[in-house]
Amino acid sequence: MKKTSEHWKLAPAPEDRSQATIASHYDLFIDGKFQKSAKGKRFKSINPADEKVLSEITESTDADVDKAVKAARKAYEGEWGKLSGKERGKYLYRIARIIQEKARELAIIESLDGGKPIRESRDIDVPLAAAHFFYYAGWADKLDYAFPGRKPRPLGVAGQVIPWNFPLLMAAWKIAPALACGNTVVIKPAENTSLTALKLAEIIQEAELPPGVVNIITGHGKVGAAIIGHKDIDKIAFTGSTGVGKLIQRSIAGTHKKATLELGGKAANIIFEDATLDEAVEGIVNGIYFNQGHVCCAGSRLYVEESVHDEVIRRLKHRMGTLIVGDPMDKNTDIGAINSSEQLETIQKYIGIGKKEGASFYQPACSLPKKGFWCPPTLFTDVAQSNRIAQEEIFGPVLAVQSFRTVDEVIKKANNTPYGLSAGVWTDKGSKIFNLTSQLHAGVIWANTFNKFDPTSPFGGFKESGFGREGGMHGLAAYLDF
Amino acid sequence: MLRKSAAYPLPTSSPTVDQVGVIERTSRFTARSIKKESKVQGLNMVLSMIDLTTLEGMDTEGKVKQLCYKAQHLHDAYPGLNSVAAVCVYPNYVALAKKELKGTTTGVASVATAFPSGNSSLKLKLEDVKMAVDSGADEVDMVISRGRFHQGDYAFVYDEIASVKTACGKARLKVILETGELGTLDKVRRASDIAIAAGADFIKTSTGKIQPAATMPVTLVMLEAIRDHYFKTGEMVGMKPAGGISKSKLALHYLIMVKETLGEAWLDPTWFRFGASSLANDVLMQIMKQATSNYQSADYFSID
Amino acid sequence: MKRLEILKTYKLYIGGKFPRTESGRFHAYMSGKKHVANVCRASRKDFRDAEGSARSAQVDWWRKTAYNRSQILYRIAEMMEGRKEQFIEELILQGHTKAKALAEVEKSIDRWIYHAGWCDKYQQLFSSVNPVASAHFNFSVLEPTGVVCLVPKPGEALLGIVSMIAPAIAAGNSVIVLCDLKSPLSVITLSEVLHTSDLPGGVVNVLTGELSELLPHVSVHMDVNAIVYAGDDKEQLKSLQLDAATNVKRIIKVDSAELNSTEDPYLIREMSEVKTTWHPIEQIGASGSGY
Repeated sequence: MKKTSEHWKLAPAPEDRSQATIASHYDLFIDGKFQKSAKGKRFKSINPADEKVLSEITESTDADVDKAVKAARKAYEGEWGKLSGKERGKYLYRIARIIQEKARELAIIESLDGGKPIRESRDIDVPLAAAHFFYYAGWADKLDYAFPGRKPRPLGVAGQVIPWNFPLLMAAWKIAPALACGNTVVIKPAENTSLTALKLAEIIQEAELPPGVVNIITGHGKVGAAIIGHKDIDKIAFTGSTGVGKLIQRSIAGTHKKATLELGGKAANIIFEDATLDEAVEGIVNGIYFNQGHVCCAGSRLYVEESVHDEVIRRLKHRMGTLIVGDPMDKNTDIGAINSSEQLETIQKYIGIGKKEGASFYQPACSLPKKGFWCPPTLFTDVAQSNRIAQEEIFGPVLAVQSFRTVDEVIKKANNTPYGLSAGVWTDKGSKIFNLTSQLHAGVIWANTFNKFDPTSPFGGFKESGFGREGGMHGLAAYLDF
Repeated sequence: MLRKSAAYPLPTSSPTVDQVGVIERTSRFTARSIKKESKVQGLNMVLSMIDLTTLEGMDTEGKVKQLCYKAQHLHDAYPGLNSVAAVCVYPNYVALAKKELKGTTTGVASVATAFPSGNSSLKLKLEDVKMAVDSGADEVDMVISRGRFHQGDYAFVYDEIASVKTACGKARLKVILETGELGTLDKVRRASDIAIAAGADFIKTSTGKIQPAATMPVTLVMLEAIRDHYFKTGEMVGMKPAGGISKSKLALHYLIMVKETLGEAWLDPTWFRFGASSLANDVLMQIMKQATSNYQSADYFSID
Repeated sequence: MKRLEILKTYKLYIGGKFPRTESGRFHAYMSGKKHVANVCRASRKDFRDAEGSARSAQVDWWRKTAYNRSQILYRIAEMMEGRKEQFIEELILQGHTKAKALAEVEKSIDRWIYHAGWCDKYQQLFSSVNPVASAHFNFSVLEPTGVVCLVPKPGEALLGIVSMIAPAIAAGNSVIVLCDLKSPLSVITLSEVLHTSDLPGGVVNVLTGELSELLPHVSVHMDVNAIVYAGDDKEQLKSLQLDAATNVKRIIKVDSAELNSTEDPYLIREMSEVKTTWHPIEQIGASGSGY
């Protein structure tokens, strides 16, 4: 574009944080009440955008975990277990409605706590969380129809451990189907992002869900391991890294515990020369820069047909120049804060590796705040399949671009990974889409779109991206014995 | 600034567009929050980009005079406001408008080429253009032959635009695609590419006589055609969405769309216009709201 | 003069060929006190070869039409029917009564027919069109998990094995059957049947051997996608589950008795992955919305 001075700048448009209440500290939500931990140790939860303390969160002990599991068991064997599907569903509908009512507060807290842009918390995370409860609510009294010829039964107590990238949404993904199927839950949010889960605990109280049906306990990885290792847990649901997923798979070997694992990914996003290129560029941006790239299904490996490679990269760089990086609470922010200093370190390590590997590095000029953890949208071109940045999950706004020549080549390269969570295909030719979508080994394929989620749509991976599905009718199977 | 007739050969094909993706992109523009000083600045920009328009069968000398007066006196209660870019009239009122606007910076645009249907002979269309230009029009707004376009006779459409462009002489040519009659965004893109290649100084969405008129998705596709031409040649082409933009908030979102698709160089009346008649007053009301912090009543803003 | 009977060499079935084990090892299979055959004791290298064959056969097997897969499974039943007597005799050699042997063979043949029918139907049962709240068409279909290792319960001679292979290949997987040495005869004869049923080589591979020796290699093989275990050995299952984490293998525990007695398509579902596809739906035209 013609060089001009930035003469029309958007004034700050901050969301009003006074619309949300965050307590100075939070106890554990066990058996329908907030309870102090046996030991009462706490840790600080900070805002990654300014490194200021938001609240103090309880570090659960093994005794707390045991108490939570016992409460869940009691509820399962008591009131909840006896409730009809219809009544269970009504509780879930209530929760969905209250989430909608408190959407603004939840969005504000999500952005403060996790660093994601308020536009995303407001337009994506929170509405989808409500929708998830609403969707599964309706299944509670219709489970027989999902498994023809079988009589499905709940599994018992589910132990659920969720990550920091979509804190409230992941809690909804886990809790809603578990409850619809008649199970009870002990869930642990990630230590960096516990606040919306604790707000959800308040909502659950407000919805008058019977005590013990959902128990929300906080703490670091050790607490998650204690939940998963607890002998009275019947079902494990985990979303997180493949490394931890493997540890979990090992830890439950020889037990009766059923598991669903939603693990890492390194999705191929494939652009053919006959694609609608501007929409494809938008799909690339949504694919890798959505939620600072902290997305397991992020389109982190871009494959562009060589005949349009330069044109796509030019448009992409142009588009990257319009992305606003900064205060997550500003309504115009496109890319917020990196979730933690540790994650920023990981991302920077990979950026270093990419440069060392000889790939061409690009970041648009943008001024970053002094405090907090930030990474501008990053692009590596001239990447080879054997580069580490093209193989390993970075979990940040870093895109590795390769060119390709034939359909055969790109299918092989796209499938050339231990992961299999998602993939994207961009072409205007219908038969080519179906060829690609049927040959790509991934659980979710976005054709001419990317990073779309819906409660009715099953989500989950092939190969080392885990097993089991969340969402849709298929998501029920994870929480039933049939 | 003035482009050449038949500047580039008729393009053999155009990129395709996915409507769902386009709408997703435009919804990001409307999610932009434009506050405080950026709002005031934006509103002033909008005013300066308006082509105040009257294109009615019942247009009279009186009506045209009133419009020209309004162009110079948007809201005298609040001095220092920008005046609009141009007034847009039928060819038979060009001379009058020219006279009324003499000595001002506001230009006169005239529709021509058998507006709004464009169903006439090239000869008559060129005479129509000649009449407007001879009367002093600074800008000519032509319509493309949509029938021929739908027949696939792209060369006809291209040649016609090129001929009109030649006939315009020093007047800048806006080419109206009448997107509401094109049917798909792919066709909007195709028509945009043809018009740009044939020498359009501006491409414009609509006559205002057909619904839907300007929409954000349609405008985005046209802006992308302009951007791609700029990428290829370094040559700028202007854009004018017309019809259907009556609220300042929407107009501001159009400006965001222009800024993020083309860049700030296009945020100038030379390169971007709104074809609108009721937009100006809504913008004025918003400017007064910002100035006085009171919500405004339409009763305090003159209708012309 | 008494005619000398031709004895059968019980080989392995790998990639559509019948090799002896590369290790040269054998197991003298006794029926009571009578020596019946020298059965191959497959090695980990045999397994490696079988896995390679299974991997290269899988894609083409899945790309056949469901109708074609269905006909091939039906063909397997036809071929088995033709060799019914042999299967009965072998089951008797492996300790069945005549009546039980007959029942098991007939049930096994019928089990092929049952799953032949599912090939072009289970997708309709288990797929879904998902009504997402945006302008997208969204659907979920089943796809094969890939290379699946089947471990029948030791002592299962025929029905217990057929009940695992049939749904596995109906789902489009390729398989390696690891058959214990307790009753290894019928599965080899079954592989001869498979070989003459238009089933492409490598889709089913059969190894006979010591499970305790082979499984530790199977469970850490990085290119095996799933193991279906029908045994009762809890320790063995646990070590499979431990090792499975190496590449996030799916370990599917099935109950052999239940598998033999019931017919349903749920094992097909278990040996499949759900793939969900999104595509935009243009919103032009309806209700005069324009664009």
